[in-house]
Amino acid sequence: MTDTQQTKIQVRNLSKVFGNDTKKALELRDEGLSRAQILEKTGQTLGLSNINFDVKEGELLVIMGLSGSGKSTLIRCLNRLIEPTSGDIVIEGENIPQLSEKALLQCRRRHFSMVFQNFALFPHRTVQMNAEYGLEIRGIDKAERAKKASDSLKQVGLEGWEDAYPNQLSGGMQQRVGLARALANDASVLLMDEAFSALDPLIRRDMQQELIELQHRTQKTTIFITHDLDEALHIGDRIILLRDGEIVQIGTPEEILTRPADEYVARFTEGVDKSRVVSAQRAMRPVRSTARFDEGPRTALRKMAENQLDSIYVVDRERKLLGIVDADKADEAAKAGLDSIESLIDPDFPYVGPDEPLASLYAMFSGKSHPIAVLDDNKRLLGVIVKGAVLEQLAQAGNA
Amino acid sequence: MDFEIPRVPLGSWIEGGLNFLTSEFSGVTRAISRTTQGGINLLNDGLMWLPEWALMAIVILLCWKLSGRRLAIGALLGLSLIWNLGLWNPMIQTLTLVVIATLVAVLIALPLGVLAAVSDRFYKVIMPVLDFMQTMPAFVYLIPAIPFFGIGSVSGIFATVIFSMPPAIRFTTLGIRQVPKELVEAADAFGSTRSQKLVKVQLPLSLPTLMGGINQTIMLALSMVVIAAMIGANGLGSEVWRAIQRLRPGEGFEAGIAVVIMAMLLDRLTQAFSGRKKAD
Repeated sequence: MTDTQQTKIQVRNLSKVFGNDTKKALELRDEGLSRAQILEKTGQTLGLSNINFDVKEGELLVIMGLSGSGKSTLIRCLNRLIEPTSGDIVIEGENIPQLSEKALLQCRRRHFSMVFQNFALFPHRTVQMNAEYGLEIRGIDKAERAKKASDSLKQVGLEGWEDAYPNQLSGGMQQRVGLARALANDASVLLMDEAFSALDPLIRRDMQQELIELQHRTQKTTIFITHDLDEALHIGDRIILLRDGEIVQIGTPEEILTRPADEYVARFTEGVDKSRVVSAQRAMRPVRSTARFDEGPRTALRKMAENQLDSIYVVDRERKLLGIVDADKADEAAKAGLDSIESLIDPDFPYVGPDEPLASLYAMFSGKSHPIAVLDDNKRLLGVIVKGAVLEQLAQAGNA
Repeated sequence: MDFEIPRVPLGSWIEGGLNFLTSEFSGVTRAISRTTQGGINLLNDGLMWLPEWALMAIVILLCWKLSGRRLAIGALLGLSLIWNLGLWNPMIQTLTLVVIATLVAVLIALPLGVLAAVSDRFYKVIMPVLDFMQTMPAFVYLIPAIPFFGIGSVSGIFATVIFSMPPAIRFTTLGIRQVPKELVEAADAFGSTRSQKLVKVQLPLSLPTLMGGINQTIMLALSMVVIAAMIGANGLGSEVWRAIQRLRPGEGFEAGIAVVIMAMLLDRLTQAFSGRKKAD
């Protein structure tokens, strides 16, 4: 995620107190009392306390926390299914907590569609009618809403199920309907409340993958709630970690794993298979030397000898990587009197992008002894990864 | 030393109130009376205009379509017996009263039930009222009905509506409150207005419960219109009443059995109807 993205939603000093004397609870909070102390003194539950974060246009933001951390409350404050006690939630210039009832309806219709943990499909409506619901209440005419609903059902792979009722579908398919219902609405933000938590693990993996693909395709701003760290790390562009109604850390999956903000986050992330999240970039080393394709074999051999290499990367004029040349071959060519290494280049070499997770590198090391090249989008050489570095990184990440 | 606590003149207060109502609102009660009597006559004449065999055929067909062969055969046997005993006309009169009383009761109960479902305050007000309405002995309603509407079927309907309405209100409220919170939340999340939420989500989902309430109302209405014979409501009830006055247990039981047959048919039919709705 780059910082140039526009901010979609700004959340500032958002707090939620459950109870009837909310002012007192917030005062005590400002005096520095803990959640437990406030509960004991006033009987009020501090659900959320001074939450600040931005949602960027087009990102998949995961809000992650254990039960009771306030994540469900937080997502419901965004569209005021739960009334926030204080603070601002600004979306496209509108401050949601201050909207009138009427304006709130319009805001929900325009900006938010929601997917629920237990699907919350309307059992008396067919799949098609469920998908049409959001459009129907907005008064969109029949033909258009039928078309939009069919399109979104197609997007989630439910073509042909339009006339079925929800109870005729499996859990995974029901949640697809839930997703289609949310997508058909064409609201600018997709809220997903533990959307995959009720599904069994295999289906869950599939749905996560599909969501990632869908989200990349449509660039829909998505806020995803989960209690499952693996899920958060897998799908999130950024993750907000919530504990006891407060934000503990905001960061990319990699940041959360490698630079945990505190002991709590660190303990939390202990059990995670970090190799799936830590990227190739971290294990990458600078390339000590490269050869140009029009250089002679003797020059290449000298460079290899200087850097104690038994092969060397060959690049073109724009530093685009062409392939690799072995010391043995260069030696033979030198003896044969060739004046360029161009014909010696082996174009079949392992390479990855900088964001490739470490886990996928293991397999590439088997067989060939070459290091793995890390290339940017223009095939330019950024660095190399040797086997030892991967193991070292994993060991480090494991201790973090 | 004698110290006597004066008796609370509860009865005279109520009478005073009733007298006030009858004298002040005689125009209203008379209008209600006329309209209701008109409705009764219209429906009764309509049902009477149909030949016995035609109405029987309709009922049997309904039973067959909604429930099955067993209920259809039951209807054939039951209705034939009533016809054979010469109780067809009283049965039609009773049916008319039940239908009209149920219609009025449901028309009043539905909005009240919805209101009690969405407003906690109204819920707290109406629940004790409903308890009162249901536990007050049914006969008591007959007494104020007479000054309001005079002797006759309209009074019977008035008492019946009051007596049979509570379950329709209760079940409507219950049905709407039972709609899973998640579904209401989903409706809200998409920006539904209150009435959209009610019409598109809450009412359709509470329909099975609501139909259960209507079934209860019909049953109570049937039992009450029989009792209402004491204040001049026509029908099977007046047959029973006459048999009591003449000490003719045989005739009394004949009419009583006709009521039982009606009750069973109405109950099974409405249940089959709501059951079918549920399966949809």
